[in-house]
Amino acid sequence: MHFTINGRGFDADVDIRTSILDLCREHLGLTGAKKGCDHGQCGACTMLINGRRVNSCLTLAVMHQDDEIVTIEGLGQVDDLHPLQQAFVRHDGYQCGYCTPGQICSAAGMLDEITRGWPSHVSDDLAKPSLDDDEIAERMSGNLCRCAAYPNIVDAIREVGSAAPAGRTADAKDAAMAEEIVA
Amino acid sequence: MKSFAYERAETPEAAVRDIDGATARFIAGGTNLLDLMKLQVETPTKLVDISRLDLASIDRRDDGGLTIGALVPNSDLAADPQVIAGYEVLSRALLAGASGQLRNKASTGGNLLQRTRCYYFYDTASRCNKRSPGSGCDAIGGVNRILAVLGTSPHCIATHPSDMAVAMRALDATILTLKPDGDRRRISIHALYRLPGDTPHIETVLEPGELITHVELPKPVAGRQVYRKVRDRASYAFALVSVAAIVAVEEGRIASASLAFGGLGPMPWRNAAVEAALVGQAPSADAFAAAADALVADARGYGANDFKIPLARRTLIATLRDLTGA
Ligand SMILES: Cc1cc2nc3c(=O)[nH]c(=O)nc-3n(C[C@H](O)[C@H](O)[C@H](O)COP(=O)(O)OP(=O)(O)OC[C@H]3O[C@@H](n4cnc5c(N)ncnc54)[C@H](O)[C@@H]3O)c2cc1C
Ligand code: SF4
Ligand code: FES
Ligand code: FES
Repeated sequence: MHFTINGRGFDADVDIRTSILDLCREHLGLTGAKKGCDHGQCGACTMLINGRRVNSCLTLAVMHQDDEIVTIEGLGQVDDLHPLQQAFVRHDGYQCGYCTPGQICSAAGMLDEITRGWPSHVSDDLAKPSLDDDEIAERMSGNLCRCAAYPNIVDAIREVGSAAPAGRTADAKDAAMAEEIVA
Repeated sequence: MKSFAYERAETPEAAVRDIDGATARFIAGGTNLLDLMKLQVETPTKLVDISRLDLASIDRRDDGGLTIGALVPNSDLAADPQVIAGYEVLSRALLAGASGQLRNKASTGGNLLQRTRCYYFYDTASRCNKRSPGSGCDAIGGVNRILAVLGTSPHCIATHPSDMAVAMRALDATILTLKPDGDRRRISIHALYRLPGDTPHIETVLEPGELITHVELPKPVAGRQVYRKVRDRASYAFALVSVAAIVAVEEGRIASASLAFGGLGPMPWRNAAVEAALVGQAPSADAFAAAADALVADARGYGANDFKIPLARRTLIATLRDLTGA
């Protein structure tokens, strides 16, 4: 099977049952994404597929051979952190850090959803959602944090969200990011 | 997880051709099926991947209604401007379900056909007539706080967990399908689901290998729309009780009411007697109480879920109050 992850091509001969999460962690050495529950309940495994955030534990690798997969490693590297990674450091948006890669990938997808005008359960006006703390909490509810670092996670996301230039989509951002990594 | 054969279908016709045998399954978003396969609650011998089928658009029809492809993700459906404008209850129901990540994957067809969250259904060491027909039901007399109080049978008291389907029932949706023999049919959402009776493992009227291709909504109707969901935490939790309501008040009287309920029964629940108790009445505490009485008239609790009966009454009354200002 052939995969495109963080802008790089990979060939892997894996069992048909392999999830994208297990593909990355067990076969490709991309251990940034974490396995919390393996059942879609915690968000620790969140990745971006074609720019959209998904639970990588609940999808089969074989179903995504033609797709652009971006993991936390693809969002940023130690010497070139993504704005969300920088903000999490600045705001201390974690304690143990286990949920953090999922939180950050999820936040990247979530901010793009806001840019596209997608509403949430707490949006009063479904046609015009805004980015306040209630919106961030609701939209990030698919990412649990066992250490309850939630207040600082919200601070970090708010900072990046309010600074994000409108119209910049995760797809473009991720593609650019991926190019940088390959280069 | 048990191993399986895998095929990706390029067309709906190929999908129903590939789905040979009762042990094969379509896979769309996979968010319910893979969850169940990991626990070996589902053990398909073959997966037919329908996720790339060209059934992911939302189109306005000439009659003013909307045709929704079976593969439209829940996120896209909830954010669609036509849905927000004409079918707010659907958007609200979708946004009240699951998480952002899950809604990005979950499909319209898969959401309709998701299985119950009954703990014993998930636990292969328990007796469960739905998972293993004839084995018994450990939920009756067991931990059944989240389970049904309407439409149950001595064989199963499971609830249908979908939020989206509740809104679609209030909206009188129609399900379009393609059968393996090439026939297409239209099934009203009111006729899609089956009561458990003594065959709780058969949940819908769909035949093995029948593919949902679209869901049709009639043109938008008059009235205010809300979806109210009561759950154990404020987000990312299934409904204990939910109400999808579309109510129109004209000249001080309720001109029309369409009400469907989640968390109460084995299917998104709708009862004409509830609506009949309201239509023609002035919005009032008495009228709302009569509707709530009609809703729970045949309700039966199983111990831990007894609380759902008064909760359903109160949730309906509060929703009607919000909608009509009475
Ligand atoms: C942690 C968690 C929380 C959740 N919370 C909620 C919630 O609060 N509210 C809610 O409503 N839902 C909730 N869900 C459920 C979620 O909405 C469903 O898993 C999802 O809608 C299923 O869609 P899918 O495309 O992933 O289906 P799949 O898993 O791909 O398929 C489900 C079933 O439908 C069949 N199928 C799929 N598409 C078709 C088709 N076109 N024709 C015929 N058969 C088909 C499959 O064969 C399978 O049997 C939650 C799920 C998880 C994991
Ligand atoms: S309620 Fe239904 S799904 Fe739950 S254990 Fe009983 S038979 Fe199984
Ligand atoms: S590991 Fe995927 S959601 Fe928990
Ligand atoms: S930082 Fe420990 S789980 Fe979130």
